[in-house]
Amino acid sequence: MNAQNKQAIDSAPKKKGIVRKIAVYAVLIFWAFVSLFPVYWMLTFSLKNNAEIFGENVIGLPKYWVWENYTRALGVGNMPRYFVNSIVVTVATILITLVTSVMASYALTRLKWKGSKTMNKFFMLGLTIPIHASIVPLYTTLAKVSMLNTYWALIIPYSAFSLAMGILISIGFMGDIPYDLDEAAFLDGCGVWGIFFRVIVPLMTPAVATVGIYTFLQCWNELMFANVFISRDVLKTLPVGIQSLSGQYTTEWGPIGAALSLATIPTLLVYVFLSKQIQESFIAGAVKG
Amino acid sequence: MKKSFGYKLNIFLFLLPALILFIGVLIAPIFMSLSYSFTEWNGLKDPIFIGLDNYKELFTSKSINIMRALKNSLLLAGLSVFIQLTFALWLALKLGKKPVGERAYLSIFFMPVLISTVVIGQLWLKIYNPDYGVLNLALKSLGLESWTRVWLGDKKTVLWACFVPILWQYVGYHMLLMYAGIKGVPTELCEAAMLDGCTEGQLNRYIIIPYIKPILRVSVIFAVTGSLKSFDLIYVLTNGGPNHATEVPSTLMINLLFLRNRYGMGSTIAVMLIVLCFVFALLINLVFKEEK
Repeated sequence: MNAQNKQAIDSAPKKKGIVRKIAVYAVLIFWAFVSLFPVYWMLTFSLKNNAEIFGENVIGLPKYWVWENYTRALGVGNMPRYFVNSIVVTVATILITLVTSVMASYALTRLKWKGSKTMNKFFMLGLTIPIHASIVPLYTTLAKVSMLNTYWALIIPYSAFSLAMGILISIGFMGDIPYDLDEAAFLDGCGVWGIFFRVIVPLMTPAVATVGIYTFLQCWNELMFANVFISRDVLKTLPVGIQSLSGQYTTEWGPIGAALSLATIPTLLVYVFLSKQIQESFIAGAVKG
Repeated sequence: MKKSFGYKLNIFLFLLPALILFIGVLIAPIFMSLSYSFTEWNGLKDPIFIGLDNYKELFTSKSINIMRALKNSLLLAGLSVFIQLTFALWLALKLGKKPVGERAYLSIFFMPVLISTVVIGQLWLKIYNPDYGVLNLALKSLGLESWTRVWLGDKKTVLWACFVPILWQYVGYHMLLMYAGIKGVPTELCEAAMLDGCTEGQLNRYIIIPYIKPILRVSVIFAVTGSLKSFDLIYVLTNGGPNHATEVPSTLMINLLFLRNRYGMGSTIAVMLIVLCFVFALLINLVFKEEK
């Protein structure tokens, strides 16, 4: 075998490897483009005038930045109200989820009793129960007690459906707190409530962030309950509000794009700063669920 | 610590708020839905017990046509498992090989999962817009004028047009789960296999994929039950139309409940969905167990 031949045999798989590598990167870049495109397109057409949107400049960056679309988006319908409603519902849900799930996790892991494992499994059922199971009974019950068209009609169901995840995450973090601390506090004369408030709660801040983010994402985007339990326009949350606005202003793409962007920007901001925590909370939910 | 009555009471008090929420909103309604499903009820008068009549009507009525809705959601489930999950697995395997920009790709691919389905639906409505949508414009500029369509108005294309955004949005979710699994494969295992002369393909096939089977099982269950329950994007894009071509069980349920006030029948669909999700989850578990 002469040298040239040998080289050819050696470099053939190498060349193939490089071609394959380029192909892989091409697909990755292509999918990154496909993943980003709708959001990129939304942000750019939210700043364009109709002439650009409808033909002159469909996918490029805006030539004239029409910030007016955003002021108009805030002026049509009850857009600012939708925003406030979403914030109120989300914040209240996060608070209730946090308090109930941290309390329950404490009872499930730090206090010793028979049946704590079974109870934990019982709560974990919540990760798999579909919201379809609750929609009719909740609707009829809320109607009976005249709570349809109130914030509570969303806050209570959202908290209940976030609970399993909240407990799952809190238990994970609580497991990292050394039991010696409980015992030391006990010897200092703390009861179970004293240990809870003085030892556990102050050390749960990382869990607060993770539970908070996960709950935020669920509430901010939820459509089915929000669509059914709220019919008064001034109480609608962003997903339902935007849905009805888009139906009314079908030709005004600029302001609608601005409204869609306004609803999305908080999520994007949270994601930019906390992408790792967000990804981890989704992984935790799936692995246990 | 003594296990006195007071101690037990405290345990109960710590659990109480969570129990009230959980039982009141998640557990009790399952049984309530089940009991509603045996009644004819319009929400105003008292419910009338009619036994299994709703179930009989559900599976025989031509106007509800549950079979079409089920067929649509099962088709979505199939596409989800065979196209979405396969692609997600491929992406996860490639990202597991630590390409340049690994974190950036991961974060970008996962991003669509976090965006409101209403926003995504509205954007795709505009992408599909027959006159000004990006899709038709792109086809025109490529000289494929004859391929342009009224994507969401044409019965031939509407189902696929609805499925594309759904599959697109959640690729990143499954990829993330699988990627996390792949990162958990012990590096010694891969190195040993490489030393034995494994190619990349063999490494994926004989080491990594068998290792992450538990995660693949979760992904398959989520993909199938998620497809059966799918609602948001279809509601925004077509709400089951045109002429019921894209109806899925959830859109049927919501329309029966809140357009026609048929609470009994709506509950029947809800119960059917819960049972179906449960049965499919069990079946998928069995399949994965058998493969072991």
